Amino acid sequence: MSTTGADRGATRAGTARTGAGDSDAGPAGATRAEICVVACAEAWRGDGEILAAAMGTCSILGARLARLTFEPGLLTTDGGALLTAEPVPIGAPAGPAEGWMPFRDHLWLVQNGRRHVMMGASQIDRYGNTNISAIGAWERPASQLLGVRGAPGNTICNPTSYWIPRHSTRVFVPEVDTASGVGTDRAARLGPRASRFHDLRRVVTDLGVFDFRAPDGSMRLVSLHPGVDAGEVAAATGFAIHGLAEPAEPAGPAEPGTGGEVPRTRMPTGEELRLIREVLDPGGLRDREVRA
Amino acid sequence: MEEIVGSLESGTTIGIGGWGSRRKPMALVRAICRSALENLTIISYGGPDVGLLCAAGKVRRLVAPFVTLDSVPLEPHFRAARQRGAIELTEYDEGMFMFGLLAAAHRLPFLPTRAGLGSDVMRVNPDLRTVRSPYGAAGQEGEELVAVPALTMDVALVHMDRADTRGNGQYLGPDPYLDDLFAKAATRCYVSCERLVDPGKLDGPPQSLLIGRMHVAGVVETPGGGHFTDCGPDLGRDEAFQRHYAASAADPEAWAAFAERFLSGDEAAYREAVRRWHDERGQEGTR
Repeated sequence: MSTTGADRGATRAGTARTGAGDSDAGPAGATRAEICVVACAEAWRGDGEILAAAMGTCSILGARLARLTFEPGLLTTDGGALLTAEPVPIGAPAGPAEGWMPFRDHLWLVQNGRRHVMMGASQIDRYGNTNISAIGAWERPASQLLGVRGAPGNTICNPTSYWIPRHSTRVFVPEVDTASGVGTDRAARLGPRASRFHDLRRVVTDLGVFDFRAPDGSMRLVSLHPGVDAGEVAAATGFAIHGLAEPAEPAGPAEPGTGGEVPRTRMPTGEELRLIREVLDPGGLRDREVRA
Repeated sequence: MEEIVGSLESGTTIGIGGWGSRRKPMALVRAICRSALENLTIISYGGPDVGLLCAAGKVRRLVAPFVTLDSVPLEPHFRAARQRGAIELTEYDEGMFMFGLLAAAHRLPFLPTRAGLGSDVMRVNPDLRTVRSPYGAAGQEGEELVAVPALTMDVALVHMDRADTRGNGQYLGPDPYLDDLFAKAATRCYVSCERLVDPGKLDGPPQSLLIGRMHVAGVVETPGGGHFTDCGPDLGRDEAFQRHYAASAADPEAWAAFAERFLSGDEAAYREAVRRWHDERGQEGTR
């Protein structure tokens, strides 16, 4: 159910502070990992009262950070079968639970749709098809990975985003070897009815944020993280990203672009940094996933 | 336990409960590895159960949505078996897989779901069919969905925290996984348990009584029978030993040493070897 903001605010430490008083540039000293956590959190902005399911350290931290700040209606888990009454530090005991979400109910929730998952991917192509199953020919893979897991159901049934901690041409490939997660081109081929719940939201990497809102449904630049230039992203991607203007010359202090500023991922606010550093991840697990 | 495994035949289809590296009937799996059984079809939310059976050359076909050790993402023996083409694979989405179990547990030929549409699950399983809803809106055809076939099985093996001598099974951790569906989907289900009690002595909330004796053909007490998977709250995953397993499995020589040390004897020998291994590492004994 939804309650008023006042009701929520009264029950929650660390309410959102994203307005005046927090500089857009943010406090100095935010690490790349912290920028990534906030970029992951932003994927759930506006989602309201749904389950934020996350895989990967920065993604899990992002879901819990979003809930602690600008998206308090989100539901989050302890990484296991419990919906926690409050967002808990990564790896910490669940504390009081507000609900029970064993695997069977999680699988039903995928069908129900009140869920936005942020998955990982070993390969992702320009239309957002993703592979976590096998590298090489599926029949006899060069490298067997996890298996499709829940990727087919996730992508066809509820909003899906991806978190890729290391943006590289090994991951961003022209064509995935096995499509575990369904991309925009495959969804379009299924027709409007079968694909009506297909909703790829964003891809967050250690270099930037992307979506699939190019006119042909392909990958589009949303923002580059501070300190990242377009050429670096282009060199790390096996296909052309819509809206990613490569600099005409090595990046100088002024970002070159085509008729405008390069959009920048926002910096964490002071409150977000405090929540990441002191509350959600005091052990610094995020820095093991994203190098400084 | 040897009696249960002795009742199985080569070529049979075996469902294995648990999930990944969580509450797997590992003692029964180890007993199958020691047996002469071969050409098995395994149905599993795969973990080290699948890995051990692959390493022992028991698997002809695997039906699974994934194989993982959870805290170690990839299962080395399963990977090796796939990469050398040693096993056939039926790979489903994990929700599809549940629908297959639900169908089998309720004697339905299939259940419909959206999961799978548009993905390569449809390509790599050419036998999969879709089904059209008879309830199309006016002037429209009904929706087309994946018809997940029933995952029927000859035998299911599940591991419970408690069971009584009649075969009623109880879980005490936070997640039942799909073990009750495995029990119902099988012609015969065998339950191993951490502790066997008399009828009427299963303590705890009634909703933890997951598996009814009407679905159970046999029950066996195997303390530590889920080792090294997570069997909370009694026994967490033996992470150190799982890491040792995974590291050994990734290297043929190390695996030979591991198999000789831990898997060349019976279940009692396994438990003793694990206890000694922990002692040598200066940790608490077998947990």
